Amino acid sequence: MEVTLEVRDLRTHFFTRAGVVKAVDGVSFTVRRGEVLGLVGESGSGKSVTGFSLIGLVDPPGRVVSGRILFQGRDLAALPEAEMRRLRGNRIAMIFQDPMMTLNPVLRVDTQMIETVLAHEKVSRAEARARARDALGMVGIPSPEERLRAYPHQFSGGMRQRVAIAIALLHRPDLIIADEPTTALDVTIQGQILAEVQKLAATTGTALIWITHDLSVVAGLADAIAVMYAGRIVEQGPVGEVLDAPLHPYTAGLIGSVPSRNRRGAPLRQIPGMTPSLLHLPPGCAFRARCARASEACLEAPALRPLAPGREVRCVHPLLEEAQA
Amino acid sequence: MSVYVLRRLLQSLLVLVAMSVIVFIGVYAVGDPVEILISPDADQLERERAIQALGLDRPLWEQYLVFVQRALQGDLGRSFVFNEPALRLILQKMPATLELAFGAMVIAILVGLPLGLYAGLRPESPGARLIMAGSILGFSLPTFWVGLMLIMVFAVQLGWLPSTGRGETAALFGLHWSFLTANGLSHLLMPAINLALFKISLVIRLTRSGVRETMLMDYVKFARAKGLSPARVTFVHVFKNILIPVVTVVGLELGSTIAFSVVTESVFAWPGMGKLIIDSINALDRPVIVAYLMIIVLMFIVINLVVDILYSVLDPRVRLEGSR
Repeated sequence: MEVTLEVRDLRTHFFTRAGVVKAVDGVSFTVRRGEVLGLVGESGSGKSVTGFSLIGLVDPPGRVVSGRILFQGRDLAALPEAEMRRLRGNRIAMIFQDPMMTLNPVLRVDTQMIETVLAHEKVSRAEARARARDALGMVGIPSPEERLRAYPHQFSGGMRQRVAIAIALLHRPDLIIADEPTTALDVTIQGQILAEVQKLAATTGTALIWITHDLSVVAGLADAIAVMYAGRIVEQGPVGEVLDAPLHPYTAGLIGSVPSRNRRGAPLRQIPGMTPSLLHLPPGCAFRARCARASEACLEAPALRPLAPGREVRCVHPLLEEAQA
Repeated sequence: MSVYVLRRLLQSLLVLVAMSVIVFIGVYAVGDPVEILISPDADQLERERAIQALGLDRPLWEQYLVFVQRALQGDLGRSFVFNEPALRLILQKMPATLELAFGAMVIAILVGLPLGLYAGLRPESPGARLIMAGSILGFSLPTFWVGLMLIMVFAVQLGWLPSTGRGETAALFGLHWSFLTANGLSHLLMPAINLALFKISLVIRLTRSGVRETMLMDYVKFARAKGLSPARVTFVHVFKNILIPVVTVVGLELGSTIAFSVVTESVFAWPGMGKLIIDSINALDRPVIVAYLMIIVLMFIVINLVVDILYSVLDPRVRLEGSR
């Protein structure tokens, strides 16, 4: 399959008064055409910053300090802002977390959609409007012609997220970065939207990076998974294999934290402690302090190494033995 | 919407009544106009006749009722000093004050909005720091002193602009306006700038904080993620949102600009309502004081109403709630 996006050793740091926060610290992954990558991690693991780095929207004091973002062969990290803008919303689209906040409250939906069309293509307003209407219909908004004239506050949260998705789809992008787009929605609405997105990715060949902390979403949607912890990817591989037999203790802990039907009545499992402050990251493995398998060897930062075909893990003591036993 | 407007009008009426009572009592407490109006060598009989003619012999509540009765017929009393209807006296002076206040507002918006926008978009730049430091001066320098300095520099030393009066006026809608003639405009410029100084600072700070707040919003980031040009993001997505607070405050400030142009009018000898009210207070010309304050109250009420309606035009969320 054709590679849509290849990220190599991406580093995005925030230069604050208190010190340098290494929000993204050497992240590498690949997304192919039509593939869905689930980027998973807790709050503060750097998954959202990774998403914003790809589209060139990291706000000061943060910036991409090094690494390569190869999108269809072009390095986005080295691209001038004007050319980056031509790609944004056109070849690479983004969907945000909170649908209540992503649409401008004082502009009508048609304004916000038509301007997106006109930003990248020289077409008449009437045609831009027709495109906007079709996009709304495609994401399952009833009577799109009338809804175009509405203001965002006249939509429910789920409908607003559909509008945001419709905007992202206007130019049939090659890559969509979705930053926890269903977290703020009801489970039923979440299910509907996931199904729509999956269908769209499959039919249009759009590659998708789905940023989330919800493993159950990833399990149903993604082809591959990358687990982030403290600004680094600690494990990645095909979604089924990683979820069935995690190699990194952190991944195993995440999976264990999901309440399961099979363990009814038993106390919920949890990962002790919390994510370390990125400002004062201890040397060695960042997960060391919360890990039951930690040893002297973990004081040395482990590298991401391949352990099985298509699978990589950043751990001195991977769960290899147990998985096979 | 119409129910809303009707309710607002009823509330306004209440404010008007309450204000008239307060004003009446307040003016009564300020001093006895008889001492100023009647010549010191008038005898007791003349004195009493004058007091009776002015209606000052009656108790306060009776004076008030008479005032209300006449006010309902559009008569706010006759000036003790000019022996003319107070209302007419004030309305004659109103165009001068209105054009001064509107001139100041236009200057405040034309200067304040761009500067505030710049300071909000580039908060760390030296230009923005200069603008913000300047706005502190605009807030803290006393109006009368700035007025005097303007006169000293531009009228006395450079001789570019005239320092007093309205200059030539031209008629429009049966009223005389300075801004219609070049000479009048040159007379208007300095007092308008003087009056605008405080408002410029206000608009700058309001715009800047609005821009900084709005720039952090997800919808601005989303607009950028759509690949819109920076100009479109700034002038459509950000600007339309900051207009809401700016319009509110500028609108409300219009009332206070009209009411408190007193200082500027005095410094530049601008023959407006502000100068009239100062003269009337000095002469204890009660009917003029009362009439002036009633008109100002009415003006505030009308302005607030207009601002509310404008607000609903700018913010679709308000519109919806109003129609429910």
